[in-house]
Amino acid sequence: MTELPRIERIAGPALVMRGNDIDTDRIVPARFLRAVTFEGLEEHLFEDDRREAAGRGATHPFDDVARRHAHVLLVNANFGCGSSREHAPQALLRRGIRAVVGESFAEIFFTNALTIGLPCVTASHADVERLMTIADGSTDAEIAIDLKAGRVSSGSLSADITLPDTARHALVSGTWDATALLLENYSDVEQAAAKLPYLQGF
Amino acid sequence: MAATLFQKVWDLHAVRKLPNGQTQLYVGLHLVHEVTSPQAFDELNARGWRVRAPERTFATLDHIVPTLSQARPFADGMAETMTSSLERNCREHGIPLFDLASGAQGIVHVIGPELGLTQPGMTITCGDSHTSTHGAFGSLAFGIGTSQVRDVLASQSLAMSPFKIRRIEVNGRLAPHVYAKDVILTIIGRLGVKGGTGFAYEYAGDAIDRMSMDERMTICNMSIEGGARIGYVNPDETTFAYLKGRRFAPQGDAFERACAWWRSLASDRGAAWDDVVRLDAQEVAPTITWGINPGQSVAIDTPLPDPASASDADRAGMKEALQFMGLQPGQRMTGTRIDVAFIGSCTNARLSDLREAARVVAGHRVASHVRALVVPGSQAVRAAAEREGLDDVFRGAGFDWRGAGCSMCLGMNPDKLEGREICASSSNRNFKGRQGSPTGRTLLMSPAMVAAAAVAGEVVDVRQWINPSPKSQA
Ligand code: SF4
Repeated sequence: MTELPRIERIAGPALVMRGNDIDTDRIVPARFLRAVTFEGLEEHLFEDDRREAAGRGATHPFDDVARRHAHVLLVNANFGCGSSREHAPQALLRRGIRAVVGESFAEIFFTNALTIGLPCVTASHADVERLMTIADGSTDAEIAIDLKAGRVSSGSLSADITLPDTARHALVSGTWDATALLLENYSDVEQAAAKLPYLQGF
Repeated sequence: MAATLFQKVWDLHAVRKLPNGQTQLYVGLHLVHEVTSPQAFDELNARGWRVRAPERTFATLDHIVPTLSQARPFADGMAETMTSSLERNCREHGIPLFDLASGAQGIVHVIGPELGLTQPGMTITCGDSHTSTHGAFGSLAFGIGTSQVRDVLASQSLAMSPFKIRRIEVNGRLAPHVYAKDVILTIIGRLGVKGGTGFAYEYAGDAIDRMSMDERMTICNMSIEGGARIGYVNPDETTFAYLKGRRFAPQGDAFERACAWWRSLASDRGAAWDDVVRLDAQEVAPTITWGINPGQSVAIDTPLPDPASASDADRAGMKEALQFMGLQPGQRMTGTRIDVAFIGSCTNARLSDLREAARVVAGHRVASHVRALVVPGSQAVRAAAEREGLDDVFRGAGFDWRGAGCSMCLGMNPDKLEGREICASSSNRNFKGRQGSPTGRTLLMSPAMVAAAAVAGEVVDVRQWINPSPKSQA
């Protein structure tokens, strides 16, 4: 199997998606799950929100051409709640997003993103707001995330980020896709199964 | 040492410590459906891996199946493509598939328990966030994404970190016409939609002890709406009685031995919970959501909150929700005109749910401006309901009586809201666009409340709507 990249540092311009509790139905509405691949999903990111914004003459962040090259997504609290659809992080990754910085993440979304090499790191409410202000001010402002050092920086701002050690280790060691690891010692899995009463006729 | 059910089951399934500190956890039962699995099978095939334990893997069709005409090929080409893709994957990998011809098809979280596949002490995964439902049996059951579906198919295991445990004790008696749905909506309302992040919820207390398995499933089902990936109830005699004689449950002597083991799994007195929360069952009223996440709810006889008096963190979300829903602070939900009534979903489409709804509907007609449909959770639920004549009650009142599936819970099939329609729904999510129309509006409530709203044509307090039945007077 090809080696996975080690993910240690992500830097680039940012896109701001304000609001708490943004659910995965909003990130990718269910009608776009009518497919047997993830291809082209990035076209439908926040599709309903984008249409609604366009309808009132506003520009949704994901429709902002000046933000087309954004690599970092800035969000508030409980981003990615709801449905377990991996389509949500898949679409973000396909759109070019390489890291998400937010106040907090829903658990399944966090794991799905990690499993495809998309780090979701948390920062304090105040720091997220500062980063959002910086990004709002300039489409080119670079936001840099250093997973090893646990810092996010932009210009003169430098702030702490948190990421569970398990996730950090998986990303920086290039083992975020766990399947190969899980298959490594399959005899251990068989031994575990052999201890389970419900697999042994009780 | 005193331990929780979570700790006991987790330790039993721990294969080894992974280099990053996570645990490789053995998966005892893997459930598969048509929407989150095709990409996982593709990757498996591309890497030349086999499904490790096809005998611990079971599949069904639920999300995209049409509920009107189910003749193959489906009129909906994509439903046909996704169905045949699952059929092919199951055939190639030797996975049993409960398809439309099986008589056992249905929403994955309804059929697992119904077939006796779901049992205490198991680890259970499925590419669906409502896998928490199966925790009602005292299993550790949680939703996973497609890449993890691939992991489980390939290795029958997962990389996981343990959860903290919050015990939620519900004590006291529920008032008449107050249901498990109202209890879980109240819990989510109090603890918040992200309050459960990082936690498994252990539901306990005498009100939970008295609940049927159907009711416990309703509660565990919506754990994820409170941010908790896992919800469970300690197994007891109610659990064992439900499982006895089911198709995949242990039979004969093995069942007795199983009960002894299952009993031993329950959390010990004095176990160390990370948090304990208590709720008085008598305080729970029929509950309804007014917003765009399941935590935005009120007791039916209470006015809507005012964003002006909310915390800074909540204010913007509340304003957005009220505006989207077309509601005002301080108003009551009763009297809100509805367009659609939906009784279905993995939360509330089991036989007992249909019975409660039918009791409300019997002898009435659905209001002329309301589209109403009942979508049983499984073919078995549908058949059992028909044996009791519930289909006649619903049809006679003007409800559509459909085939089993997810249907209008997420609108992946033709069952959708149109435009800004308002739907009284027994499902679990009121997110913007959830029921298939980007501007459609969802009000979550118990099946009995949906039934009453269908007949009244507007949101009503079910307690005032129906005469107390002999059962509830007792
Ligand atoms: S009924 Fe709704 S919530 Fe349940 S599995 Fe189907 S789509 Fe998901």
